[in-house]
Amino acid sequence: MAQATPALEIRNLHKRYGEQEILKGISLTARDGDVISILGSSGSGKSTLLRCINLLEHPHKGEILLAGESLKLKPAKNGDLIAADNRQINRLRSEIGFVFQNFNLWPHMSVLDNIIEAPRRVLGQSKAEAIEAAEALLNKVGIYDKRHAYPAQLSGGQQQRAAIARTLAMKPKVILFDEPTSALDPEMVQEVLNVIRALAEEGRTMLLVTHEMNFARQVSSEVIFLHQGLVEEQGSPQQVFENPTSARCKQFMSSHR
Amino acid sequence: MNWDVIIKYLPRLADGAILTLELVAIAVIAGLILAIPMGIARASRNPWLRAVPYGYIFFFRGTPLLVQLFLVYYGLAQFDAVRNSSLWPYLRDPFWCTVLTMTLHTAAYIAEILRGALQAIPRGEVEAARALGMSKGKALYYILLPRAARIGLPAYSNEVILMLKASALASTVTLLELTGMARTIIARTYLPVEIFFAAGVFYLLISFVLVQGFKLLERWLRVDACQGR
Repeated sequence: MAQATPALEIRNLHKRYGEQEILKGISLTARDGDVISILGSSGSGKSTLLRCINLLEHPHKGEILLAGESLKLKPAKNGDLIAADNRQINRLRSEIGFVFQNFNLWPHMSVLDNIIEAPRRVLGQSKAEAIEAAEALLNKVGIYDKRHAYPAQLSGGQQQRAAIARTLAMKPKVILFDEPTSALDPEMVQEVLNVIRALAEEGRTMLLVTHEMNFARQVSSEVIFLHQGLVEEQGSPQQVFENPTSARCKQFMSSHR
Repeated sequence: MNWDVIIKYLPRLADGAILTLELVAIAVIAGLILAIPMGIARASRNPWLRAVPYGYIFFFRGTPLLVQLFLVYYGLAQFDAVRNSSLWPYLRDPFWCTVLTMTLHTAAYIAEILRGALQAIPRGEVEAARALGMSKGKALYYILLPRAARIGLPAYSNEVILMLKASALASTVTLLELTGMARTIIARTYLPVEIFFAAGVFYLLISFVLVQGFKLLERWLRVDACQGR
């Protein structure tokens, strides 16, 4: 039986900073609708892995495929793999949503302008079209009334929801969340998690780096535990959380209850 | 204080002030246009691109404006090629010589202001633009330059005020701008205190208006709201 093409596939990804190897050969496959949580202690390479997928960081070895299309890479002088085809990387980046830990909204633009900028400039939507889509998304993340506010006037949770709306406006095939709640005050974490949960329930394909263990357990279809740049444990949330086979993972889970 | 003389010569001083404003306005606007590509090149990660405007900026920031003005006004005429060129009608005119020199001079400073502003944009905001699929050019044009404009605006307004005062050097190449006009009137009236006092008030008024104008512009562009994050 022919397997459906995975939404995102990573093969044998390596990344090093100078002499230090951060990722030592990571492979993972996300099928359509998968929500894969990536856990691990700090320094295990979770964020680096995510940032390598859309080349915010440059791996030095490995392969990345989005919906079966291989990202064309070429080696730079320092050994990093960089995009070989600028058009392709820009197109693939527009199809891979990325939500940052620090939101990274543009502070000189209103929330609405933050959201419509990329659909207009990258997808070529008209302003009216982009505004209509943006307003629907703002409604969905619950900050429609803040559409004319500026990022500095919003709480952290509202900023992150605006950033998620900005990502969704590009209609991404896969969304990568890089510790989306780590920069938030505790009382704002939930409002952001609720938005992410709703996206998971819609059947979106997502990779989620997080320290919110309970949340990861509830929304994920698969959990990956990284340790020292390698996949130490991988499986269903139930298996990874309750019956981890690796000692390191067991220890991590018991210290994060 | 001889107020009658001041009042009598106010219209002449106002004429001088208008010439001062013309010099400064053309220089800071043309300088800005010239500085944009240089500032972008200076902020580039490509060392070759960075090197191109380096020599230019090194020269114009490293030598006095007065020396540059003399080089253009007295120096260019020595070359037959310049005297025979179609630009000679402009290059023998002290007004255009001063405008040219002030523009080239301020462009070097504005380019460095822009470089600093571009480099001050938090890395994550650049990454956000690229992660949404914007090419380098689109990110620069739609996100980074507008962002840098707000970071660099206070420094740019400072540069404009500095050029206002530097324009007094134009009096050394026969231009009757505010300072030149004041000196001409003093040569006639022998009242340096009154006339320089009046000229000083004109400079103060112009810089006051400029400062207030930039304040409004900063408020309109929401400069404060973008800082301190």
